[in-house]
Amino acid sequence: MADLATVAEPAAGTPRRRLVPSVPLLVTVGLVGVAVVVALIRTGSPATVRQAVLTGLLLGGVYGLVALGLTLIFGVLDIVNFAHGALLTVAMYVTYTLSDRFGIDPYVSLLVAVPLLFLLGAALQRGLIDRTLGQPLENQLLLTLGIALLLENALLLSYGGVPKTVNPSYDEPVRVLSAVADLSRILAFLGALAIAGLLYVLLQRTRLGTAIRAVAANPRGAQLVGVDVRFIFMLTFAIGTACAGAAGVLVVPFVTVEPTIGELFNIVAFVVVVLGGLGSVPGAVLGGLVIGLTEQLGGIIFPSQSPLLSVFFVFVLVLFLRPQGIFGRRQ
Amino acid sequence: MTTTAPVTDTVAQVERADRTLQVVLIGGALAALLPLALGPAQESVAIRVLIFALLGTGWNVMSGLGGMFSFGHAAYFGLGAYSAGYLLVEHDVSPWIGMVVGAVLAAAFGVVTGFLALRYKLRGAYFALATLAFAEMLRLFALNLDLTNKAIGLNVPLVRGSSWWKLQFPAGSSNYYWVGLGLTLLALVCVVLFMRSRMGQYALAVRDDEDAAASLGVDVMRVKLTTIALSAAITAVAGTFYLQYYLFVNPDLVFGNSVSIQAILPAVVGGVGTVLGPIVGAMVLGPLADLSAGLLRNPPPGLDFLQGRSGLDIMIYAALLILIILVLPKGLYGSARAWRRNRR
Repeated sequence: MADLATVAEPAAGTPRRRLVPSVPLLVTVGLVGVAVVVALIRTGSPATVRQAVLTGLLLGGVYGLVALGLTLIFGVLDIVNFAHGALLTVAMYVTYTLSDRFGIDPYVSLLVAVPLLFLLGAALQRGLIDRTLGQPLENQLLLTLGIALLLENALLLSYGGVPKTVNPSYDEPVRVLSAVADLSRILAFLGALAIAGLLYVLLQRTRLGTAIRAVAANPRGAQLVGVDVRFIFMLTFAIGTACAGAAGVLVVPFVTVEPTIGELFNIVAFVVVVLGGLGSVPGAVLGGLVIGLTEQLGGIIFPSQSPLLSVFFVFVLVLFLRPQGIFGRRQ
Repeated sequence: MTTTAPVTDTVAQVERADRTLQVVLIGGALAALLPLALGPAQESVAIRVLIFALLGTGWNVMSGLGGMFSFGHAAYFGLGAYSAGYLLVEHDVSPWIGMVVGAVLAAAFGVVTGFLALRYKLRGAYFALATLAFAEMLRLFALNLDLTNKAIGLNVPLVRGSSWWKLQFPAGSSNYYWVGLGLTLLALVCVVLFMRSRMGQYALAVRDDEDAAASLGVDVMRVKLTTIALSAAITAVAGTFYLQYYLFVNPDLVFGNSVSIQAILPAVVGGVGTVLGPIVGAMVLGPLADLSAGLLRNPPPGLDFLQGRSGLDIMIYAALLILIILVLPKGLYGSARAWRRNRR
């Protein structure tokens, strides 16, 4: 366990743990550097690589945000949440509906979608997931899978399978560092970083955050010192779901909205969670960026293969060689 | 999911296996008579039940009996479908041979990936995610490989009339049903014999307490890999049968995540870790899909908005899955068996 688990020491007076275990991080940055060089040699076009790096970083920020919610839930509740992507999709359809029916701007619908998803997450945790507490891991996995299938197919049943789009009129390409990106992608990236920052402050600097980290480190111990563990479970699941909701809204302007789109985000987010280290907020953000870059650079290094293939390849390597992730510690 | 009670009495275990074998054979003989009573529409439901049953039986060996939770059985299913499909389309090889090749390939793939995952000590969620990653990698490969005809997939060349050698019969022929039934019975007999064998007993011991089994000299890695190989082979056979029944495969259809889910469902609904659980689960799930499809074609009054939409079948599956996990985590058959045993 990474970040979340480092709470155990009493708060005041203890020296702050160094944020970054440096070697794995350096190796990761080094490998990304190598990938950039290989991409440069393969294409011979710095402009292409610059574009890929920019696109990868921007998308990676969003992956980080999706993974942030997942890593919180994984780290605190110890649940492999297969419903995360479907919940993200629900937020996308909320945004689509608000825009299509009432002409509400997608960024304004954050104010609706995020609280809604927060409540939905709380309800799902209290109503369903809480009942499988203490059961084998597979049961919880299957339960979240059931929720995911239910949500996805409810969306399919009510909206049909035809992809929808939401295009704000002001969403135009912007030049960034001699490459081009849509304004919406830049906003999504900045939004993701802002939310990650907020979450980090919440976890590290507030009493509530301390309680959440305490539950992650040792639920029974937290209970003994007076933390309401069941409440923290519900709250964490709700916060994680709200992150998925925010990510869902932020990506709507540049992806097509369809019932199964969340599956992709869900799988990529699992990769990011493992890469970043279970329960680590900086790990999720950094892992997101790495995976975003992997996808884009892999796409131009192996043009005949799907960009996702390199993502899975990296995933399997990380699982085998460093299952605790960049920011995790060996258990 | 540890659903079966820890094995304490080997003799009782073998006797129970014998009884299961009797149930399988008698049930199979009765099921063979079904086409006499069923119409063509019901027969296609019965064939879907058989595909579900084969898939679920395959998954159950690795995850129920072996205790290694797989979320990537689509890999084996797809290998079975594509091996037979490729050999048939490109080299005119009989699907029966393709079926064997597919089973061997899938078993080899399972052993290699399983070895890697176990060598690096992946457990629980991480093991499941690794199997998912391997299945997705195969799907992405198949999507971009000329050998597999990329995203278009493979169409089985049609033969005139029926041919046992080419495993192809006119639409509505009961032969498909009998072939599927035969394969399912064969798979079940294999599973029962495996559980009666020393290796199968080791597999259960390893599942229930790996360290204890290892300390008694059980070669844990070998036992686990054997279990995976059997599971992969059965699932690959399901893949070949699917190919021959629908005469068409593409990467999303056979390597997609939904196949892995369909492998899990029958076992979980019926009872994980029991031989007959996946069969019971399949018998519930198959007709449910048909029922919901009918509901969408001709919705009852008041539900007219359902007309021509899709998604209801999976919604029903999902609701059932949630219900089973919350109310009957041992599954329908598993719970019934436990209840009967407690009464005695």
